[in-house]
Amino acid sequence: MRYSALRVIKEGLTGNRGWQPVWRDPEPKAEYDIIIIGGGGHGLATAYYLAKEHGVTNVAVLEKGYLGGGNVGRNTTLVRANYFLPGNSEFYSHSLKLWEGMEQDLNYNAMHSQRGLINLFHSDAQRDAFVRRGNAMINQGDDAILLDRDGVRKMVPYLDFDNTRFPIYGGLYHPRGGTARHDAVAWGYARGADQRGVDLIQQCEVTGIDIEGGVVKGVQTTRGAIRAKKVGIVVAGRSGQVAAMAGMRLPIESHVLQAFVTEGLKPCIDHVVSFGMGHFYISQSDKGGLVFGGDLDFYASYAARGNLPMVEHVMEAGMTLMPMIGKARVLRSWGGIMDMTPDGSPIIDKTDTQGLFIDCGWCYGGFKATPASGFAFAHLMATGRPHQTAEKFRLDRFRTGVSIMDEEGTGAQHNLH
Amino acid sequence: MRITCPICGERDRREFYYQGAAVALDRPAPDAGPQAWDDYVHLRDNPAGRTRDLWFHEMGCGAWIVVERDTVIHEVYSTELAEKAAR
Repeated sequence: MRYSALRVIKEGLTGNRGWQPVWRDPEPKAEYDIIIIGGGGHGLATAYYLAKEHGVTNVAVLEKGYLGGGNVGRNTTLVRANYFLPGNSEFYSHSLKLWEGMEQDLNYNAMHSQRGLINLFHSDAQRDAFVRRGNAMINQGDDAILLDRDGVRKMVPYLDFDNTRFPIYGGLYHPRGGTARHDAVAWGYARGADQRGVDLIQQCEVTGIDIEGGVVKGVQTTRGAIRAKKVGIVVAGRSGQVAAMAGMRLPIESHVLQAFVTEGLKPCIDHVVSFGMGHFYISQSDKGGLVFGGDLDFYASYAARGNLPMVEHVMEAGMTLMPMIGKARVLRSWGGIMDMTPDGSPIIDKTDTQGLFIDCGWCYGGFKATPASGFAFAHLMATGRPHQTAEKFRLDRFRTGVSIMDEEGTGAQHNLH
Repeated sequence: MRITCPICGERDRREFYYQGAAVALDRPAPDAGPQAWDDYVHLRDNPAGRTRDLWFHEMGCGAWIVVERDTVIHEVYSTELAEKAAR
């Protein structure tokens, strides 16, 4: 069923009785060409692009819970392409282009809103660094505009410009950056994959990966064994556990990242504002809630909740930057489990087991990568070669030292990202 | 989360700097080969459940501490000075 304005009007006038479930609930078959472990954003996007770009439709997505129930439903919904290093730049640039065509492509309203992202700076040295980043973005073909103090003031007058510790010198404005409705992205890809014949199998936890003579043969699940010619692991937040089923250890440590949302307010924050010095960023959802977050709690954790010191830190940073939000009441806070790699960049690669592939290590930036990650992983699994936008996301880069992409420049070491 | 420093007693988590998995105490020999060093520096068991990791009592006595705790429920089971835990 295609969605359209006409359809909405027709259903509205006839009691909304014509809507159908948007994906099937199939029993797993005995064998597939490709099994994707993980029905989150990246896994569903992978299945969608396998079908759409490569014509591979004998595919199952196995999800232990419900579709989109992991990090794709727990993030702060930012979409941007403001990366600096070769390897990351072309990938996120590609991702943003896929975002821009996604709703037409999927015939699904992902509420993608290019409201603009402003990264603030607070010193001359930081301005220089942002000029350099902005030039890298422009060289990649994306958009970046350097704003001085007055330029920032015109767009976001409610900031504390004369803060003693972090006076605002200006900002790097990325007009095509913005937000999207996170759940809708998962649902849109799920619907698109299902329409092309992919089996989306929920409540089906993978408990083992069958490997014979170094070749993957299928998986064991809570709903029985399923054979497959190729298997892709896309399970951010549980990558270590699933990889261990194939005898692998990963260059990943799992950390918790918290997010917060206030009660619904009238429109007051029109952009995404990022205050790097306070590890704070904020946007306002279409429902009116202020959605904001900070940095990692900074210790290994699988708890989908954080600790109070970081809550306090984030609230302090928010009040430092924009005192006007002080009267808004926080409704909820939660945590997502981040696959942290030593250099803060992701992994999309083959493994030492023939036919077994892995897409992981998205650190705290997986949401914006959803379309390009699925696109590149589908390309890798279908053709055996990395997609040109994801050539540097190698699993062995820490051992070889080739193509380490440390955006923060803190060093490729586990506890620094 | 509160961590008991073997020297100073129970303290707020904010007094400690987190280093990561206690694998750091099992440093391979210099000539152990690239695989052993990759295992040591980069690859992690990353357990969901009981783990041993290294914390530094940065705003206290400056001791390195091995903390045995649970990564799912954040419970701290035991702590010991790294100099005693190291082989």
